[in-house]
Amino acid sequence: MYAVNFLLLSAALFCIGVFGVIARRNAVMVLMSIELILNSVNLNLVAFALMNNDVDGHIFALFVIAVAAAEVGVGLAMVLMIYRNRRSIALDELSEMKG
Amino acid sequence: MFATEALTSGWFLENAWLIPLIPTVAFFVILGFGKRMPQGGSEVGIASMMASLVLAAGATYQWIQRVQSVEGGSEGALGAIRGFAGSALPSAAETGHSAAYVEPVIRHWTWWQSGGIEFTLGQHIDGLAIMVLLVVTFISLLVQVYSTEYVKGDRRYTHFFAALTLFSAGMLIMVLAESMVQFILGWEIMGLTSFLLIGHWWEDGANSRAALKAFFTVRVGDMGLLVGTAIIYFGASQWAQARGSNGFSIQAISGWALSEGADSKVLMWGAVALFIACIGKSGQFPLHTWLPDAMAGPTPVSSLLHSSTMVVAGVYLVARLYPVFFVGLDILDTGVNLVAVIGGITIIIAAALAFVQNDIKKVLAYSTVSQLGYMMMGLGVGAWTPAVFHIFTHAFFKCCLFLAAGSISHSGSHHSFDMKKDMGGLRKFMPITFATWMVSTFALCGVPFFSGFFSKDEIIDNANHNGYTVFFYVGLIGAAMTAAYMTRATYLTFFGQPRGAAAGEHHDAHDPAHAHGEEHALDEIEEHEHVAEPVLVGAAVAATQGDDGHGHGGGHDDHGHGDDGHDAHAGPHESPWRITVPLMILGTLAVFSGYLNAPAVGTEYFTEWVEPAGVVVGAEHDESGAATHTDTEEPEAFASGVFGRATPLLAAEDGEATHSGGEGCGFEGPTEGVCYAPALSHAEFKWINTVPSILLVAFGALTSLWLCLGIFGDRKNPFKGLTQRNRLAGAGHRFLVNKYYLDDLYEKVIVHSVAHPIAKAAYWVNQNIIDGVVNGAGRSTKRTGEWVYRNIDQRVVDGAVNASGLVASETGHALQPVQSGKVNQYGALLFGAAAVGAIVLVLLNV
Repeated sequence: MYAVNFLLLSAALFCIGVFGVIARRNAVMVLMSIELILNSVNLNLVAFALMNNDVDGHIFALFVIAVAAAEVGVGLAMVLMIYRNRRSIALDELSEMKG
Repeated sequence: MFATEALTSGWFLENAWLIPLIPTVAFFVILGFGKRMPQGGSEVGIASMMASLVLAAGATYQWIQRVQSVEGGSEGALGAIRGFAGSALPSAAETGHSAAYVEPVIRHWTWWQSGGIEFTLGQHIDGLAIMVLLVVTFISLLVQVYSTEYVKGDRRYTHFFAALTLFSAGMLIMVLAESMVQFILGWEIMGLTSFLLIGHWWEDGANSRAALKAFFTVRVGDMGLLVGTAIIYFGASQWAQARGSNGFSIQAISGWALSEGADSKVLMWGAVALFIACIGKSGQFPLHTWLPDAMAGPTPVSSLLHSSTMVVAGVYLVARLYPVFFVGLDILDTGVNLVAVIGGITIIIAAALAFVQNDIKKVLAYSTVSQLGYMMMGLGVGAWTPAVFHIFTHAFFKCCLFLAAGSISHSGSHHSFDMKKDMGGLRKFMPITFATWMVSTFALCGVPFFSGFFSKDEIIDNANHNGYTVFFYVGLIGAAMTAAYMTRATYLTFFGQPRGAAAGEHHDAHDPAHAHGEEHALDEIEEHEHVAEPVLVGAAVAATQGDDGHGHGGGHDDHGHGDDGHDAHAGPHESPWRITVPLMILGTLAVFSGYLNAPAVGTEYFTEWVEPAGVVVGAEHDESGAATHTDTEEPEAFASGVFGRATPLLAAEDGEATHSGGEGCGFEGPTEGVCYAPALSHAEFKWINTVPSILLVAFGALTSLWLCLGIFGDRKNPFKGLTQRNRLAGAGHRFLVNKYYLDDLYEKVIVHSVAHPIAKAAYWVNQNIIDGVVNGAGRSTKRTGEWVYRNIDQRVVDGAVNASGLVASETGHALQPVQSGKVNQYGALLFGAAAVGAIVLVLLNV
């Protein structure tokens, strides 16, 4: 078992996630992409923890999962509110933050 | 702190410092919260004075016990001597008072330090301090009670009580003073508050002028206090420091002045400088001119100022630092000295002025000046105890006289103090006021068996006894004059036909005419002082309001309004109880206070309790001497010091006029031990010695009565109209009416000649030098400023500011497109940046 297998998988997931964040217009899809990124990181953490026989990585991964769940909760709530106000969740229409 | 084994002390003595502290705190309380209190703060003032009186009474009681504990057991005598109990100690049993030195109760705390010198606050409680404390608190309490009626409804009622309380506090601070610094503190507090109180009704210019005059005249003397304190400090410092004290300590100064090493020149100049302060404060010639003008204040203020506080301060200073004056001015050693001369002159000239006053309060004011002259003269001729006793008795009867005068104006003469215009025949209307006035007048004149007799005659008697024949006659003449002018005042006020307001005439008629009359301006104000508008306007208002007169109808309610109630039945009547009760108390004391020290009936309590005995005290044991002491020196010190030297005092006592100088405590300092008071001898009381003064008093009173009946009454008298007919008499009268032209001398000659050239020179300097410098500096500054503005401000500073702004603005513009508002773009940037960061990290770590 090589660490490189895990790393390649997580790198692939990460890239898909980044692509999703940048390219998707749908806010829910962006949130899901963020989940992908976080999970790729989790995969890395668990992989290295296994390699090094260290339990810290596992625990850290558990924390990341918990935080991700909370983050998705907040994110979905925001999306819901945006949808109620604008009848749309297309991110490219939300440009109020333009400087 | 010091040897108290044999001397009893007690809580009241140890904590006497609370006595001035309570009114001081009360002052701030009244000032801060008085207006919101139901009685306008007066209750706080009265309560504080009452508390102080209780403390002072307790301290008096314990002090008497302390004195008696010294006299009692022989081991108690000279409490400082330990281990010598039972030895033959000096005892002056045959002279009736103790010859042992009763150590004062001294405590002190450091106030601040500077250059190794400690400035302390504390208490120095001895018989003198105790006596004055008691008198001041007692009189202040009565005066405050009286004031609640007298200034009822005044617009500055609260401030009046605040200032009155602080005034008493100032006096108490000064009386308790342990060091000269504290003494000056109390002295100056009194100076300030007397200014406030005399100018209490400052709306009228005359009142504020009188307040300023009092303040500045006293200030002239106060310079002497500072200079004198400094001289004495540098003189006494070394002596005092060797004994663990410093040159400000009153105890140390007294000891130093009587010690061998004291430089007589330093002492002399110190005494002269300090005496100048006393001249100013105690209204001695030639700085007495402020005192009669101080009558501009409300009557309770005059009463307090003239009886127990302020004017007594100067006398108190001499009595307090008596060793300095004793040695410095050679009292008892030469036939004449500054203190006695000034005192003597003051007696005569002030008494002469009292004859020509029409204003009842001014008669009393000059009488005070004259009596202060007696006190000073008494101190000057070595009659310390009679002089201090005169402070004591004078406080009661003079306070009573002033309060009686206030009562007359309050209820009898419709706020007028003019004896000729508004009084006369008042004895029928105001029986209590009349009775107390008469009793106090008798006391003041020195009628036998009234208090003044026992103090004043003792002064006169001792002047003779100590060989000051001239001052003996001065005292006698003064006594006759006192009797005469008081007879005149009494006649004009209480006898004869009622005139003016006393006859029930309405008062307003002559207001405008007299409001600005030069002589009485100060006193006429008494009727109007309360009005915010100038007097004439007030009078006009009163006139338009017809009979309402002093009511002034309107919303503001102040002095005079208290009378609204009894204005209805215009005309003289007796005052309410808050005025008569203090009068009766004081009247009673005017009779009986003299019996504390009446040799005629064999009492000498005052001498016993108050006078510090002039004997050598074992220096090494007393409080200030603890530093240099070693135990082994004790026996010799006492053998040669105390026992060897205390006896000459007795020799001086029974020998006739032997001056004690040179023996015991006197001009030659003791070789061992310390003296804190000069040894003084007392004249033995004999009725025969009082005959001249009694005869002269009777003569003065009868002559004056005869003249009064002739001049002011109906009888035929060759002297009637003498001042109009005889040019010499007229000139003399004018001379007196103009107060010897002293005011003119001060204001027109001295102030003019000193101030004018100085003012001119100052103006020239101002115009040419100071203005030149200022203008030059201004111009060059302006030029510098302009250059700086052009070059530095405009170019450097503004350039930098503008440049930074420009940079920020341009950067912002350049980066603006990045802020597209698109989340995806932000995400891309974020990841791009993270990627770049990761690449850099990798490259760096490889």
